[in-house]
Amino acid sequence: MHPAKSVIFFTTASGAGYGLLFLLLIGNVFSLLPDYIYFLLVCYGLAFALIVAGLLSSTLHLGHPERAWRALTQWRSSWLSREGVMAILTFVPTGLYGIYVIFFGDHYSLAMEIVGIIGAVACGITVYCTAMIYASLKPIHAWSNKYVPIGYLLLALMTGAILLNGLMALWGYDVGTLSWISAGLVLVTFYWKRRYWRFLDETKSISSPESATGLGEFGAVSLLEAPHTEANYLMKEMGFKIARMHSEKLRRFVLICGFVLPFLALMVAVFTGGLISIIGSVLAVLLVGSGVFAERWLFFAEAKHTVGLYYGAKDA
Amino acid sequence: MTSLPTNRPTKKLGLVIDLDICVGCHACAVSCKEWNTGGHSAPLTDQDPYGADPVGVWFNRIHSFEVENERDGGRTVNFPKSCLHCDDAPCVTVCPTGASYKREEDGIVLVNADHCIGCKLCSWACPYGAREYDEDVGVMKKCTLCVDKIYNPNLPEESRVPACVSSCPVGARSFGDLGDPDSDVSKLVASRSGYDLMPEQECKPTNKYLPPRPKKLGNDAHDVVALTPVADSSAGVISRWVDKFLSA
Repeated sequence: MHPAKSVIFFTTASGAGYGLLFLLLIGNVFSLLPDYIYFLLVCYGLAFALIVAGLLSSTLHLGHPERAWRALTQWRSSWLSREGVMAILTFVPTGLYGIYVIFFGDHYSLAMEIVGIIGAVACGITVYCTAMIYASLKPIHAWSNKYVPIGYLLLALMTGAILLNGLMALWGYDVGTLSWISAGLVLVTFYWKRRYWRFLDETKSISSPESATGLGEFGAVSLLEAPHTEANYLMKEMGFKIARMHSEKLRRFVLICGFVLPFLALMVAVFTGGLISIIGSVLAVLLVGSGVFAERWLFFAEAKHTVGLYYGAKDA
Repeated sequence: MTSLPTNRPTKKLGLVIDLDICVGCHACAVSCKEWNTGGHSAPLTDQDPYGADPVGVWFNRIHSFEVENERDGGRTVNFPKSCLHCDDAPCVTVCPTGASYKREEDGIVLVNADHCIGCKLCSWACPYGAREYDEDVGVMKKCTLCVDKIYNPNLPEESRVPACVSSCPVGARSFGDLGDPDSDVSKLVASRSGYDLMPEQECKPTNKYLPPRPKKLGNDAHDVVALTPVADSSAGVISRWVDKFLSA
């Protein structure tokens, strides 16, 4: 599948934004976070900025961005529509709670704490909807499997945690516990990603050139002549091959930049103090950013579509 | 509404494509492009049509496959492919805007170009690659089964079939109601063991393909008698030469 930069930015940025927002809401509801007003303002501001930037970016690849509002109408059947509706609905409880905790934090309100919990759940549902856009596409074996939704949720939480860890460290707060939690999430997500890749390597699509043409009973099917000499929309959009040729190197890059180095940087943050701890936390943010961006690029670029079977692919 | 029709269409208009007959001449694809560039989804734009890297919108494409086995060496099969107007069309249910829909009255899958946002998700959801994005207009297009031709009262009755069907020089394409078991196309499918492409993708395509007929193998053809020379030396030179030539 062709990796559109706008969609890669959308899923990684909004994923990190929702992960951060989720942790902020949970942290504030259970009073686990500092209640310094400017710190919270920056944290909530960054979370919303990432989400909004991601959502706006997702409209960039559309043929008609001015009609994007129409995408909110078909939530009964379409995961893309559900994602749009949930993204907008999520702003309500999360925005209300953010205002409450930042500006009226000294007036305790049970109702608002419940709103905060609802907001946290909504963040999770929105990320799940994003993942299901891909996981619901049966022709793409690399996407329509159980590893995808959980992978998206884990990566959102992991990037959100590392982001919050970086912000707290920059503000001079003690990040010991949060760094441990972040490092734990890195390990879990690392394990999940490895399992996903093993799944990709060891299984293939239920469809084949034989089932695509229905000619299997006459023998092995191979393409003799494509319909035309030049590439068409289908081949450009669905037949992206560059990453598959370099997938080993790219996977190594994702593992090192997205998981191994951030983990080490977080360990530095845990076991040192002062400036070095801050540098470790910030470094973890930068590393995981590049690693997860590469991960998402690979998620698209490695995925094969059944339409390739009509253009000479041996499997899908 | 992008949900599939609640009253499932009983009439299912579609195509039956005979892979035994198709000669791979691409006439159906050309004729399709010609009709549809002035029809429901007009225009079917091309980029760089006369340049080094032309690319454009086509609703119908003809692939050629080689099918090989140990038994009889195999065969070449020309394979036209367009939208299969599936019963459970995933391109319809994934559409976030309602632009993509399946008609209740005849099962044809269409795109409302005024509502399409060009997100391309339907082209990802279709396992067959039946959807065509128009870069120029920024919307998704697809085979309409020539909806503007098959119901057109201004055309003579016999012309009210999709352009690909009327242009096929060898009669490899048939059009009709595949929801009616007594229709000509349904009987053709039943008699020739017509099949679905990729049934495992569970889209329940309406269009059916007829397999190539079994190959007649030389070894099995005992009733074919090889020619042997009949002329002896008394025949004339020309007669002997003709006999030798024909017997070779």
